[in-house]
Amino acid sequence: MKNLVILGAGTAGTMMANLLTKKLPKNEWKITIVDKEETHYYQPGFLFLPFDIYKPKQVKKSIDKFIPSEASLIKSKIDRIEKDANLVHLENGNALPYDVLIVATGTHIAPDEIEGMLGKEWQKSIFDFYSFEGAKNLRDKLREWKGGKLVVHICEMPIKCPVAPLEFAFLADSFFINKGMRDKVDITFVTPMDGAFTKPVAARELGHLLTEKNINIVSNFNIERVDTENNKIIDYGEKEVEYDLLVTVPTNMGDSMVERSNMGDDLNFIPTDKATLQSKIKDNIFVIGDATNIPASKAGSVAHFEAEILTENIQRFINGQELKAIFDGHSNCFIETGHGKALLIDFNYTHEPVTGTFPLPGVGPLKLLKETHMNHLGKLAFRWIYWNMLIKGRHIPFVSAAMDTQGKNLEEETITA
Amino acid sequence: MTERIYGGICVMCNDQGYMTQLDQWNKEVGSAIAQEEGIEMGDKHWQVIDYLQEQCRNEVPLTIRKIGKSGVVTIKEFYTLFPNGPLKKASRIAGIPKPVSCI
Repeated sequence: MKNLVILGAGTAGTMMANLLTKKLPKNEWKITIVDKEETHYYQPGFLFLPFDIYKPKQVKKSIDKFIPSEASLIKSKIDRIEKDANLVHLENGNALPYDVLIVATGTHIAPDEIEGMLGKEWQKSIFDFYSFEGAKNLRDKLREWKGGKLVVHICEMPIKCPVAPLEFAFLADSFFINKGMRDKVDITFVTPMDGAFTKPVAARELGHLLTEKNINIVSNFNIERVDTENNKIIDYGEKEVEYDLLVTVPTNMGDSMVERSNMGDDLNFIPTDKATLQSKIKDNIFVIGDATNIPASKAGSVAHFEAEILTENIQRFINGQELKAIFDGHSNCFIETGHGKALLIDFNYTHEPVTGTFPLPGVGPLKLLKETHMNHLGKLAFRWIYWNMLIKGRHIPFVSAAMDTQGKNLEEETITA
Repeated sequence: MTERIYGGICVMCNDQGYMTQLDQWNKEVGSAIAQEEGIEMGDKHWQVIDYLQEQCRNEVPLTIRKIGKSGVVTIKEFYTLFPNGPLKKASRIAGIPKPVSCI
């Protein structure tokens, strides 16, 4: 028997276990998946938890529920990968041998990377919404908050779901209007990028949203430290932004296991071929989802499109065939804009988000880069699709791994690279 | 897309003034863009530009953190060399795309 080991049973790892148990011959391959967690979270739901739109139970299920019975799940922390011996060392002292390894250990927030962030004000006046606990604590805070300066902030790129902070600012506007206290809340969006919208077509189509919603923007802000005595964030250029309530997206880092294995970059992301998803570390190690360093968004939809291609490439690798260099960086994201509306974007490595129709060219029913109620319904329906289709490795009708150029107004695009 | 003349050379730029073809870049082009940004280039500036271009050729996304760990400059020095939005300005002078998000 040969061994295929998957590290991480989140979105990407679970999908790979479900896809590969169907494809690899059972009498030749044993599939093992390792994760320390008990719970599988629907992470897109963390955006809605703080505003009481989703309840905690809607975003969590047992991790076991989605692992196919043909694969064995080991609940343990991972110590490190010993790539020269083809071994994964677990924290309990056991070692798992592998012939093929898939790393899907994702990314997490590291508030300790910024001076003053992880102190006595953490989860009191400084919150994150990228963890279940953070989102829940923020919900409790927002239920009783009397208003003041709300600062929605990104520490540094890359982050998981790059549009989520902007969605948070939009939903906060909507939330406080509905509570009848928008006049008591000053919302400021602070980003290290040079604007809320950095791509030409999106900037042109959506630039008006912040003004319309009365959201201030501070751009090119690279945080150096949080001054919790004076409630200020301060950047390397000594620029300061005051807050009463700071909702930040801390530095995102790959798993510390990657560092212990000496396989990652300075943020513990693993150097990976952006078209084949083979690691640049060793031929029999593949990487999927947020754990890679590829220039695609860190998002569940990206992991979903990668999974289809990686499943084929794993089979080709096992059979000694050349890998297909076909991952195009395809990403598809709903962006909540508040008041029951959302945008949809669909893009890849070479094409920026443009207007158009999705998934059926010319028909829709979803509209790209436009605020519609139908897009919002699409975002809400996605939770069902996630639990029932996506992580089970089922194909989502009309949506292909490679980005479809039909139905998109690509002539809008300014070629920037 | 527009053609602009920097250092006597005609180069392709996007609407925001960033060069779109790194192979059209040379030091004279870089100096002329720097002048437009109000920056007088010294040895340390050029070392940073070299580093940025090398990262760009290797398709490594640039962040302030990366530059701080580059061994070329500290983040504070980077801010002193290219005040107010250093990554944006230095990228423009280096003839590489500005850092972008997904939208």
